[in-house]
Amino acid sequence: MKGIKDKVAVIGMGCTQFGELWDKNHRDLLVDAAYEAFEDAGLEPKDIQMAWYGSRESGFTGAQLASALKLEYIPISRVENFCAGGTDTFRNACYGVASGACDIALAIGAEKCKDHFGGFNMDILEPFDRSMTEWDGPPVNQFAQLATRYMYHYGWKYEDLKRIFAMIDVKNHHNGTMSPKAQFHREITIEQAINAPIISYPLGLFDACGVSDGSAAAIVTTPEIARSLKKDYILVKALALTNGGGQAVLQPEYDFIHFPEAVAAAKLAYKEAEITNPRQEIDCAEVHDCFAITELITYEDLGFSPRGKAPEDVEAGSFTLEGDLPVNTDGGLKCFGHPLSASGLRMIYEIYHQLQGKAGPRQLKKVDMGLVHNIGGICGFFNCAIAILGKPE
Amino acid sequence: MVGITAYGAYVPLFRLSREAIAKGAKGEKSICNFDEDSITMAAAAAIDCLNGIDRDTVDGLYFASTTHPYKEKLGASTIAMATDLKTDILTTDFSHSLRAGTSALKSALDAVKAGSAKKVLVTAADCRLAFPLSAFEPNFGDGAGALLIGDTDVAVTVEASYSVYNEIMDVWRHENDSFVRTWEDRFTLAHGYLEGVKEAVSGLMKKFGYSPGDFSKVVLYSPDGRRHTELAKSLGFDPKTQVQDPLFAVMGNTGAAAPLMLLVAALEEAKAGDRILLASYGDGSDAFVLQVTEQIEKIRDRRGMKKHLASRKVVTDYKDYLAWRGILPAEPRKETVVFLSAPALWRERDANLRLHGVKCKACGTVQFPPQRVCTHCHTKDQFEPYRLSDKRARVFTFAMDRITSPVLELPIVTTTIDFDGGGRMQCFMTDRDPERVECGLPVEMTFRKLQLKGGIQNYFWKSMPIRT
Repeated sequence: MKGIKDKVAVIGMGCTQFGELWDKNHRDLLVDAAYEAFEDAGLEPKDIQMAWYGSRESGFTGAQLASALKLEYIPISRVENFCAGGTDTFRNACYGVASGACDIALAIGAEKCKDHFGGFNMDILEPFDRSMTEWDGPPVNQFAQLATRYMYHYGWKYEDLKRIFAMIDVKNHHNGTMSPKAQFHREITIEQAINAPIISYPLGLFDACGVSDGSAAAIVTTPEIARSLKKDYILVKALALTNGGGQAVLQPEYDFIHFPEAVAAAKLAYKEAEITNPRQEIDCAEVHDCFAITELITYEDLGFSPRGKAPEDVEAGSFTLEGDLPVNTDGGLKCFGHPLSASGLRMIYEIYHQLQGKAGPRQLKKVDMGLVHNIGGICGFFNCAIAILGKPE
Repeated sequence: MVGITAYGAYVPLFRLSREAIAKGAKGEKSICNFDEDSITMAAAAAIDCLNGIDRDTVDGLYFASTTHPYKEKLGASTIAMATDLKTDILTTDFSHSLRAGTSALKSALDAVKAGSAKKVLVTAADCRLAFPLSAFEPNFGDGAGALLIGDTDVAVTVEASYSVYNEIMDVWRHENDSFVRTWEDRFTLAHGYLEGVKEAVSGLMKKFGYSPGDFSKVVLYSPDGRRHTELAKSLGFDPKTQVQDPLFAVMGNTGAAAPLMLLVAALEEAKAGDRILLASYGDGSDAFVLQVTEQIEKIRDRRGMKKHLASRKVVTDYKDYLAWRGILPAEPRKETVVFLSAPALWRERDANLRLHGVKCKACGTVQFPPQRVCTHCHTKDQFEPYRLSDKRARVFTFAMDRITSPVLELPIVTTTIDFDGGGRMQCFMTDRDPERVECGLPVEMTFRKLQLKGGIQNYFWKSMPIRT
């Protein structure tokens, strides 16, 4: 297996405003994100040879993208992998280019979560041919299970772990104030986060990301074509995806204090990108902060912190803009909300701009390698996607 | 000799304080949780009854109720599935009368006597509704009883029985009524209850030559405590020494289940040699003479009435009860279940209703739900069925949702549990105190109802802190 490292370049990206976009339908979002990407790449819609269209709830077929962008009879596949859908869409487009099947591909994801009370159906596995006996609460309950077990396993007192969550929430909200396209632009305090109403014990309102509409897009091509088009293209270093096979809920050995899908995906990604010390070699990361506990455990799953020690790094401020490995510099899912199949591409959009030096007030001093992480699904059946991007040497 | 070889009962955990309905009212009535109905309660009583008994030996299941969830669909088969009985057995529903439980008992005795079956499990359950704030409402209780009828190792023989019917509109519900209708007390009790039971009991005593002094215990159905004493006296029994407490102070009148539940209460105190009179009422009366044998000592290991009555949580807000019964409509929450698929329910019935997982024959790993490929050793199609409904488990982790359904249950507790002997499962937790939910909590499984969609009532199992 040779891997994807340095075989695909990103030459253009677009991202809409994320938020409660009542006056826009998903076609509007696709047009807005795609055309920003075309402009950024210096290309036109007719230059796109193949497209991958990520959508969980707002569109179910390639023809929907063709219809929105008026793409004339090119191959378009719809991609879905729950919260990992956006990054998986990107991954598929990259493979299209790397395989030689096409030279210029579009990866775009869009979601209109606010059109349906902001929920997602729990038909993760299959919508119709099951008895509906599984518990069908909102996703917060899946992640709350890891929070309760993390507290029990490591002997954390409720107040103390809530404080760690709050520090993560405060960090992301602070970063969001410098992020014009985010849904929320407000600072919050530790006390506000700790005292917010509980939605699913022990997770409170500020420990959870928002629900929003949005779209983001990427245009990928070969490094040769990228070089001919622009100076500040970005290279794909790794693309990993893993899908849970029910292990967590079939095997009592699973401990509910890590995401095995994420650990496996990180291993694949680091091998492909030839990274041996992620804490040192990754300069910037966008991780899936659907809930504070997810971000906390993800620091450990990605090898940023030793197992069980992520709270110490949170206390030390390691992952703030001033820290040694800033995480969610654009405010994360916390401030952008989470239109499922758009989020991964929105994360890549931030890493892309950080690598190009175009992240404005959020710009970090040294960024050569950035990582994107998404995880979504239900316990045992998570889909985890990781993308690593870097500057050309 | 044919008779009762085992008994069981089920009283729901929750009691509505009568003070919640009317200031100054005394005592409590048992109320089933929002996720219970007559079918789930009957299954609980059946499982209690079959404690220590090989379920494959049961070849009949009867279900009696005036509050069957369906007008057309067999309930006995659902209960047989939940109780994990084999399929080539007698299954019959007895309905529409408060004496359906004793009618089912009579039929079971006759079936075993005639050789149609060897072991028939008779279950009766009710959760009747009276008009809110009516005089009846404080009296109605919810619950279930179960009796195993056979001809071997009989603990209580049935010496005699006598039945009369009484065509009278005293207590009834038409097809479209939710709430029980009654005519005036003075008429219904005189010519319904008192006359009906008297005719059956005196007929029984005359035909078989018994007199009131022959009985150590008398178990009588009754609509309320005062009429109970009145009837006992009019039949010549001493209400202080001879009569089984009808449990109005702590439970209430449990309808078709009452005669069986009160009999179980009597049997829990009975000893060999006791002679018991049992009489029901509902559009007539079924009366029985029962004789306790030494075998009664061998079947004490059950929760029955005593342990279920002792384990209770009091509900003090009448609105909770009204919401659980759907009398107070709840604001609909966003639907995640679009419809129930009959083929899926049929295909998954052993997993859903029997709570059958599988055990891999190659490596012994227990898995739920049933799999084709073993999660541990990846062997394909080498499994045997494995019952999880009777296994104890511990909570590995849990979530407590505060935003999804505030009216019926707050918070909704969901658990990942690990079974003794292997296997892991995610399920709702019911009958719980949120303050006491924690990692490591021991739990048992209980059969409950889930969604009602397209006229299909979905059933499944939930975890529950050990009841007793």
